This record gives sequence, structure tokens and C-alpha cells, in this order.
Amino acid sequence: MTLLDFARGPGLQAAWLILIAGTAWRIIGVLLLRQRLHLAEPRTGIAGQARGAVTTVFTRFIPRRTFWPRIRVSVILSVVFHLGLVIIVLGGAPHIQVIQQFTGLTWPGLPKGVIVLVSGLTLASMIVMLLRRMFHPVMRLLSTADDYISWVTVFLPLLSGILLSGETIASYRTLLALHVLSVELLMIWFPFGKLMHAKLAFYSRAAMGINFSRKGAAT
Amino acid sequence: MTDVTKAMHGFVADFGPTAALAMESCVHCGRCAEACQFYVQTSDPRYTPIHKIAPFRQAYERQVGPFAFVYRLLGLAPKVTVEELTNWQELIYDSCNMCGRCSLICPMGIDIADLVEKARHGMFEAGLVPADFLGALDEKEHATGSPFGLTTPGLEGLLHDIGKQFGVVMHVDERSADIVPTVSSIDLKTYPGSMAAIAKILNHMGTSWTFRTDGFDADNVSLTAGDRAGQRKTTLGIVNAAKACGAKTLLMPECGHSFTEIRWEAANVFGEPLPFRVLHITELLAEGIADGRIRVNKAPQSATYHDACQLSRRGGATAAPRVILQALGVELHELEDSGDTNWCCGGGGGVALIKRAQPLRDQAFQIKQRQIEATGTATVYTSCSGCRQTLDHGGKAVGWTKTVSSLLELVADNLKD
Repeated sequence: MTLLDFARGPGLQAAWLILIAGTAWRIIGVLLLRQRLHLAEPRTGIAGQARGAVTTVFTRFIPRRTFWPRIRVSVILSVVFHLGLVIIVLGGAPHIQVIQQFTGLTWPGLPKGVIVLVSGLTLASMIVMLLRRMFHPVMRLLSTADDYISWVTVFLPLLSGILLSGETIASYRTLLALHVLSVELLMIWFPFGKLMHAKLAFYSRAAMGINFSRKGAAT
Repeated sequence: MTDVTKAMHGFVADFGPTAALAMESCVHCGRCAEACQFYVQTSDPRYTPIHKIAPFRQAYERQVGPFAFVYRLLGLAPKVTVEELTNWQELIYDSCNMCGRCSLICPMGIDIADLVEKARHGMFEAGLVPADFLGALDEKEHATGSPFGLTTPGLEGLLHDIGKQFGVVMHVDERSADIVPTVSSIDLKTYPGSMAAIAKILNHMGTSWTFRTDGFDADNVSLTAGDRAGQRKTTLGIVNAAKACGAKTLLMPECGHSFTEIRWEAANVFGEPLPFRVLHITELLAEGIADGRIRVNKAPQSATYHDACQLSRRGGATAAPRVILQALGVELHELEDSGDTNWCCGGGGGVALIKRAQPLRDQAFQIKQRQIEATGTATVYTSCSGCRQTLDHGGKAVGWTKTVSSLLELVADNLKD
């Protein structure tokens, strides 16, 4: 069995298993906690609270104007990074092929030059984010091993993907195997660290939307 | 149980999915620091809001979280020590107003202010409430129902004295009434005119109303101290007194945290929906002006308005004071950050009651000072006696010529005959 065979076979199966089971365990573990009752008369009914939940999921992507001057760098880096990842994953032709294999869905990919440019920007944003985490007093204080492990598990697929697209330092098969393995590493770490915010953010934003809509307060 | 075990138990006791989601979702981005007046004014990273609950997050990971068994097995979340908790006292009490500005900036939608409130439950259980004065006031409130130990006979006399002093008829301990107003102990001590103003307005409305000396002081210092039993006792005292006289409306005074407690938490404490409405006085004024029960003269002037966090951002009553100011013909110059994004006065969340926190509080106050001065107005209105007192003290410290006034009293002074 070659490295690529392992990556595409048992490696991928194990990664999926850990990803799905770990994610389900974490989300169910939280949602099964005893829910507090809210008996106060709400200002907004169920429909309004549901609207608040959906709205808050989207409005929290971009902070309120008044906060911008103090968090501009953080927001720009975050937008470049997240948007970059979305473009690479959903716009890169090889990724679309993989998605098609699993789901049957397909769409036109972006030109390779665009993906390379976006990959470069995303990589750069990650490096700046790492430096900020290491040297910004607040972020340094808050940071745990999870922050650095999560950074590595996202950085490696990005880096190996860029190397793969250029086929520069090794053969295509070797680079592909490394790329797939790095993605599997990300999948394995996903349920245990802060990468889970990709799912949890929707839940926690919605919870805030419901709680504050009920009070008729800003969400 | 050791103090630390009690603290952790107190923290996780009422943990539900929402609080757990908050614990699970943080990405350590640090943006909450930029919304916190204590960090903004000092640049001390320890004042980063989410950092203030760090030991309690550790407790959550160890005891409640979905992977708690892994954390315990691998020793990833060691037990919190008494020393750690003691070191965190300043962060949980002195440097958090529970104003919720951090909750508004958080990209994950984490209500950090709510987590701090839970952390205070833990600190109380561990006996780590700052004694001077918050802890002492809480003890007094827990024992007597009033942070200043005012007893029923004393209150009755005091209210009638205030009535005489301000020339208004006071209704006290009547058997039944449609509206039962409560007061803040700050009003009792410092702003008695505020209580006279409530009486004057309710008399003007021609409604039946009464103060109840058995459920009177809405201050609820226990809430800010983290004393759940005291909080419950104070809340139930007020609710039961209003219920006993068949109130249709329980009226909260110009106070922020007491409004939050009674409006949003009292029913949960009571165990069922309350048999009456709960309104902040500002809401009653806005409602009364809108439906004609309160008729006011114009009081033209330029002024600014300071929002009480618990009334606006955390309470959903941001519009009410603006309706009142407009009806009075006040030319309102909004602060740079007003309404839902306002900055706390610096004293909220019991910080005003912690003696040693004064230098930090004064630093926090500077934001409000700058923004008020930028409006160029001479008068600041507010709808919270706690804010009013903090602004008064802060202004005094910097030699201010600004007048800090009560919106309630402004209405009472301008009622049509």
C-alpha cells in the first residue's frame, strides 16, 4: 500500500469516523444539558425570536461600525482568511472534482491563477494571524495549545495544496498524499479544538439571537 | 466541600446549553478586550473580558464539557486553586460592570457578561466577594431585605417624611393597588426626590398605587455580589408584596440591574409567569406620554442622555427615554456611543460598591467624560440612580460643571396641572 493509497483509503475512513463521531459527541453533549426555563413575558414572540436567531448568525460576521476603529486589523485578517478558504475549497477545480465524486454536484472552477493568488493571500493572512497571536498582549494571554495546533492543522493543507498545484518539490503522487493526509489531520483535530467554531458559531450566535430578541434588545 | 469545590459547584450549577455553547465557541480572538472600558483605558490584557472567567472555563472543561472525562484523564484541565481564585477576584468583580458591551462585539455571540455573573456565583460560594463594601452590603441585604438595613417601620416613616418634604401624597402599604413601585436604595440615601417624583407622577395619572414596605428595595446587591440565595430572597420579597395587593404593574425604579433581575429573572425565581407586568419607570413614562395618561409641558433645552446598560443594551428599552425627551422638547445630543453600544458609566455591576476599585472606576469614567464633553451640552440625563451617582462622583473628581439629572425627575417637574 502506497502512502497515497493509505491516505485515500483507511486514512480517510478513520478521519471521517473521528470527525463525525467527535463532532456529534461534542454538540450533543452541549445540547443535552438542562435548558433553563425563561418564564418572563417576552417582548418578542417565537417568530421574532426565530428571526433574531437567523439574523444574528449573519450579522455577527461583520461587527458594528462603532467597534471598527479598534478591531479593523482583526476583522480584515479574519475576512481574508475565511473568504480565502471558501474560495479555495469551493472554487479550485480539483476540489470540485472531489466534491463531485462524493455528492454528484459540480460547478465551474475558478482559473488556476485566481486560486494561486487567493491561496497566497490566505497563507499570508495566516502568518500575520500567527504573529499577532504570538506577540499581541491580549491574544498571547488568551492563547492555548489548541490555538497553535489548530493553526498548524489549517496551515498544512493550505501549504501542501500550494505545493501540489505547482508540483515543485516532489512528485505529484507524493504531494497529493501529503495534501490528503494534512486534510485528514485537520478532520481528526476538528471536533476537539477551536476549529469546531465552524459549526458552533452558528449555534452560539443563534442562542444569543434568541435570548436578546426575547428581551427586545440588540443582538 | 473546600472553598474551591464550592466555587466551581456554584459556577456550573445553572449551566445550560447556551452557557455551554459560549464556553465551547470562543476562538480567543481577543476582540472582546476592545469593547471593554477597563482594557481600553488601561491596555492591561488581564482585563480582557473572556480572560476574566478563565478559572471557571477550566472548571467547565473539567466538570461539565462533553470531553470532561478526557480533560480529567489526561490532566489537561487541572483543579483550580484557592490562590488562583483569589487572584481572579479583581477581574471578576472590580473590573467588570457586566455591561455586556463585550457580548455585543463577540463574533461568536458569546454572552460574556452572563458568564461573569455565573462566575460571581462561584466566587460568592467560595467566600471571595470583596468585603468593602459589596460583601458587607450584600450581607445586610440578605439579612434585612435592604443593603442599608432599613426595616419596615423605618421605611414607612421615611417615605412619609419624603412626601412632606416634597409636597406629594405618599401611598404606603395600602391593601390593594394597580401599580406597586419599588425604589433603589441609592435613591433612599442620595436622591429622595426621585421617590417623590414617582409619587407625583402616579398621582398625576390618577391610578391606584402604593409602596409596599414588605417588598420595597429593588436594589438587589445580592445579584451583583453573586449571592443567589440573597438574590432569590430579595426578588421573591418584591414579587410577593406586589402579588399580595393585586398589582397589575410592578414598577421598577431608575435602576439598571434591578430591572434586569425583576423583568427577566424574577419569573424564573418565582417558578411561573408573574401575575403582573414589570415595567421600568422609563417605560411607564413613555407609555403614559404616548397614551395621554401623562401630560407634560415642554422643557426646551439642549442635553445629552446616558443609557443605563441594563435598560438599553441588556434590557431592550432603548427607545423609551428618547420618546420622553422628545415629548419634553429636549434637543438631544446623542453621545458618540449611545443606545445599544453605549459605554457603562464605570460603576455598574456592583463596581461602584467596591471601595478599592475607585481608581480603576475613575479611569473607566474618562470615556464617558470625553463623550459627554464632546456633545457640548451642560446637562446629562439618565434613568439609573447608580449611573447618576457614578457620573456625579466621577464629575466631582475631575471638577466638572456638568449637571447630571434624572429623567424621571425632569418629567415630574414638568407635568401639566
